[in-house]
Amino acid sequence: MGTLILNATLQTAVGSRMAMTETVKASNPAGTAHATGDVRSTGTAMAIEDVTLRYGDVNGVLALDDVSLKVAKNEFCVIVGPSGCGKSSLLYLAAGLNDATSGVIKVDGREVIEPGPDRGMVFQSYTLFPWLTVRANIEYGPKRKGLPAEQRRQIVDQYLNEVGLAPFADHYPAQLSGGMKQRVAIARALANDPAVLLMDEPFGALDSQTRGTMQKLLLRVWERQQKTVLFVTHDIDEALVLGDRVLVMTARPGKIKAEIKVDIPRPRSMDVILEPDFIALKRRILGLLHDEIDEDH
Amino acid sequence: MAQRRTAWTRLTTPFANIPASTATTLALAMWVVVIGGWALLSYGRVVPNMFLPTPGTVLETTYRMSLDGSLFYHTLTSAKVVILGFIVSSVIAVPLGLWMGTYRAVQAPLEPLVNFIRYLPVTSFVPLFILWIGIGIEQRIAVIFFGTFFQQLVMISDCARGVSRDLVNASYTLGTKRSEAVWHVIFPAALPTILDTLRVTMGWAWTYLVVAELVAASSGLGYISLKAMRGFQVDVIFMAIAAIGLLGLITDTAFRIIRARVAPWAP
Repeated sequence: MGTLILNATLQTAVGSRMAMTETVKASNPAGTAHATGDVRSTGTAMAIEDVTLRYGDVNGVLALDDVSLKVAKNEFCVIVGPSGCGKSSLLYLAAGLNDATSGVIKVDGREVIEPGPDRGMVFQSYTLFPWLTVRANIEYGPKRKGLPAEQRRQIVDQYLNEVGLAPFADHYPAQLSGGMKQRVAIARALANDPAVLLMDEPFGALDSQTRGTMQKLLLRVWERQQKTVLFVTHDIDEALVLGDRVLVMTARPGKIKAEIKVDIPRPRSMDVILEPDFIALKRRILGLLHDEIDEDH
Repeated sequence: MAQRRTAWTRLTTPFANIPASTATTLALAMWVVVIGGWALLSYGRVVPNMFLPTPGTVLETTYRMSLDGSLFYHTLTSAKVVILGFIVSSVIAVPLGLWMGTYRAVQAPLEPLVNFIRYLPVTSFVPLFILWIGIGIEQRIAVIFFGTFFQQLVMISDCARGVSRDLVNASYTLGTKRSEAVWHVIFPAALPTILDTLRVTMGWAWTYLVVAELVAASSGLGYISLKAMRGFQVDVIFMAIAAIGLLGLITDTAFRIIRARVAPWAP
């Protein structure tokens, strides 16, 4: 019985995804793409269902219009879109830092009503606690959870090594470079062992070389730790280098326009951006985004 | 090849750094000018010594009053008044200011009232305090409190309000509860600016000292200057002013040291 239901789900998932990879507007007259999770994986880590966000009253700006998507367990899902398309707003809703006007977001089947350590978030701005050392920053979450000191030390050491910052354990954030700060921020979020790691253009403020290093580091950590990631960016290269799946968002009101499966084998090197498969995918996303800009003007 | 910048270019470039030795020389030169000008005016009898004492007379008076212990006694009384008034004020203003800056529900009722009170001249309350509190040290402490508390409250609430929203948001995603945010995030994040506020308002507390000792005091630096005024002892007034200034400098330095110790991470 269980197998039957699972098969049915898989079939719908495959079906809808095939539709999605075609031009979405034709297959979905309502313009609402219901992006589905990776079919290979065992379950859904996060489900965003018919989420609408309107600022102010009924006549206010419509930031997100009926957005639905699923992120599978251990999937690296990237949302790419023009600035102001509401992709960051969507992440804030998923984190529970803001309330949707309508719709539901579920993480591990539980509805999101407020922020919590099961949805770790890395922000574009530097948000390390400046009064705490690198070690104490990473330890902050486990401490809130009330874990014993010995266990906290183990967790901190593990993630310090994971992001390669063990020699800087006793430094204060002000003594670190921008890239190092974001590495600590990633370690700090992972130390809580979150069900989903939300990343809001975390490398947006870094120079392009540091960004490349950070992407490589993030991929390595993600491959080792087996985490579910929902990553927001406006950088198409970054989206394709990192993601299993890229969701393209439209602007004003924010909607998911297309879903693109990134079939580039892992582990991926940074040279992947020169390969024909990569360039073909990039051309498609650029096309989708250009349509948007043309429609605007 | 471009010519190297001259010292003059560096001195006249906005925000440019100057060598430490130059800075010290300039600072010393300022004092030389002030004290030299004073010496010129007083020793040269440009201003009668009845109104402007010579630096020598002031030093002599300071020496005499240090020997008999009266300078120490009056300084101690004044310091006690200022420090007690300042501590009572800060102990209430820091937590209340934090609340005010954090919760709109606390800010909304308090802010209009506080902004009304903080523009009232402290001197106008002295008669009221004497009627209510009497003429003991409590009255003087009340004047210092009244002069600093409402300023502190507004400034500390601004410190709390200035804490980055993303810092608080990040703390939520790490498991901080709403009720914990004030203590775990907003207070430590605002601490350097709170300490700066305390340092600045400590200076204001000293400036209220003479007002506090204007009426009904029988000791203190403000009291001896008022008494000296009646006896035309301008040298004593000069000494008292210099003593208050020095005490202010000492407390200011103390606060800088405390800030460097408590918040070594802040620039």
